[in-house]
Amino acid sequence: MIELSDVLFRYRDGEFELRILGLELVRGEQVGLIGPSGSGKTTLLHLVAGIERPERGRIAVDGTVISELPDANRRAFRVRNLGLVFQEFALLEHLSVLDNVLLPYRITPVLRLDRAARGRAGSLIERVGLAEATNRLVTHLSQGERQRVAVCRALVTEPALLLADEPTGNLDPVNKFRVIDILRDYAREHDAALLTVTHDHDLLGRFPRVIDIKSIHSEPTRGVPSS
Amino acid sequence: MSLATDSLYLAWRYLRHQRMKTVILVAAIATTSFLPVGLNVLVAKSGEELMARAEATPLLIGARGSALELVLSALYFESDPPPPAHYGEIDRILESGLAEPIPLHVRFRVRDQPIVGTTLEYLDFRGLRVEAGRRMARLGECVVGAEAARILGLAPGDTVVSSPESAFDLGGVYPLELTVVGVLAPAFGPDDNAVFVDIKTAWVIEGIGHGHQDLAKVEAEAAVLAREGDRIIANASVVEFNRITDANRESFHFHGDRSEHPVSAIIAVPHDAKSRVLLMGRYTDPDEPNQIVRPAQSMAELLETVFTVRSYLVAAIGVVAIATLATASLVFMLSFRLRKRETETMVKIGGARASIVAILALEVVVVIAMGLLLAGLLTLLTERFGSGMIRVLLTS
Repeated sequence: MIELSDVLFRYRDGEFELRILGLELVRGEQVGLIGPSGSGKTTLLHLVAGIERPERGRIAVDGTVISELPDANRRAFRVRNLGLVFQEFALLEHLSVLDNVLLPYRITPVLRLDRAARGRAGSLIERVGLAEATNRLVTHLSQGERQRVAVCRALVTEPALLLADEPTGNLDPVNKFRVIDILRDYAREHDAALLTVTHDHDLLGRFPRVIDIKSIHSEPTRGVPSS
Repeated sequence: MSLATDSLYLAWRYLRHQRMKTVILVAAIATTSFLPVGLNVLVAKSGEELMARAEATPLLIGARGSALELVLSALYFESDPPPPAHYGEIDRILESGLAEPIPLHVRFRVRDQPIVGTTLEYLDFRGLRVEAGRRMARLGECVVGAEAARILGLAPGDTVVSSPESAFDLGGVYPLELTVVGVLAPAFGPDDNAVFVDIKTAWVIEGIGHGHQDLAKVEAEAAVLAREGDRIIANASVVEFNRITDANRESFHFHGDRSEHPVSAIIAVPHDAKSRVLLMGRYTDPDEPNQIVRPAQSMAELLETVFTVRSYLVAAIGVVAIATLATASLVFMLSFRLRKRETETMVKIGGARASIVAILALEVVVVIAMGLLLAGLLTLLTERFGSGMIRVLLTS
């Protein structure tokens, strides 16, 4: 599902560089990624998602070498095949719950907002317990509810790979397990791979495989990465 | 939904969410777009209308004074009354055989509607057609313009009372009840707002003519102070009529020489070009108490001043418009900067560059389109009602 080999990434200002010897995830695998702050976990997720492009090396997702794709193609690949969840939810505050969930369909020509997509959005919103808030603005929701909306947005396109960057960082204990379980259940049901960055050791027990980023570095990182 | 529709939807959701900001931007764009265009439309349209009526009025004769005031009063019945001329001027014009004179007496009002004392020739001259009822034929009768009839709620058979000039002036003119005998068809001009009476009726309102109790009769005996042959002297207890009826119409009479009675203006319709020149020549003498005015010329002079003012205003508005548009651009740029995280989110989840640009661009386009739409609507309203407004402005 994910294959990284001999990847070198440097931010433009040269303050930070990340070298990954190799990383492999198979379809349906659920992995927790840990590491100290500034070790490049988020950067690694961005590389896998094609948000950043490595200077050197090969990154393939589900057979597509995204590290070699131009920006437009990486975006198209991302929106079609990947679901991303961020620590800060990254919702559009002027949109309702439903509109936030359907956002991927409205910002790309590669997906079609049809009845099926709307049905999936409705089912996901219901599944995470927000049916009554479907048409409410996300600013009216609690932190836990917002993250559930963000999870729905990541799942609505039925991605083969889920990338979650500290998805429970801003949540209380009840909500953090709820969110992680939603992601894990989806991955299991759809045979999707799940790579979750987390600092929370309580959650690590839920992942069959945990990778410490230090173990896949070819050498220590320098500086502090931008988030 | 197509990509454009989706982008428009997202842009619209943002603008709706930011209602206050959107309204302010739309209002700013509408105002800066409307002001120069609206001003041009306003001046052009009202200039056209003012000139049309002025050109349809060949010559005006009135007492010496402001030519413009004479024109505005005689053509639009809206300015302060100019100094009065005398009815004797009518006879003078008739005797000259150079033109057809039509007297105008514009001083009194029924609420806000002007009472125009004139002759039936005025209705023919302006092509005013009676839509309901008949023309005024007797003292105390009136014919109302279409708009005046609507505003005052009048129909033939109704009565209407002239308004006193001042509620506290006991020595001033007293209200006279007028009987509506006709309503004119809409003429789409100042005549629509007027209440037309015979000029003698206007003189009755002014107090030059009046009707009262017959002092020869026994019931008026108590008011009689002295009898000297045909002359009877009475005190103030004599009953004066403020309503002209069939029963008392005969009692109405005028004091003094008719040639001394006032008129605000006289429309003179020369028989031909030569008569026109000759008639104008009669008023060139500096000792002549009256003036003759070509309304089209006076109006052209007025409009020239208006055009000059307009060009200054447009220049000033242009500067304000540049400042407003610069501010609006700044607001948009700051807004995009503040929403950088939103656009980053869209990029991260795979939004196409074209879509993201389209959403932001459509936010600007929709605001500009709404502003221009509002400006267009205001321009249409200006075209429809603006000339009336500018006329009121010029004559007030």
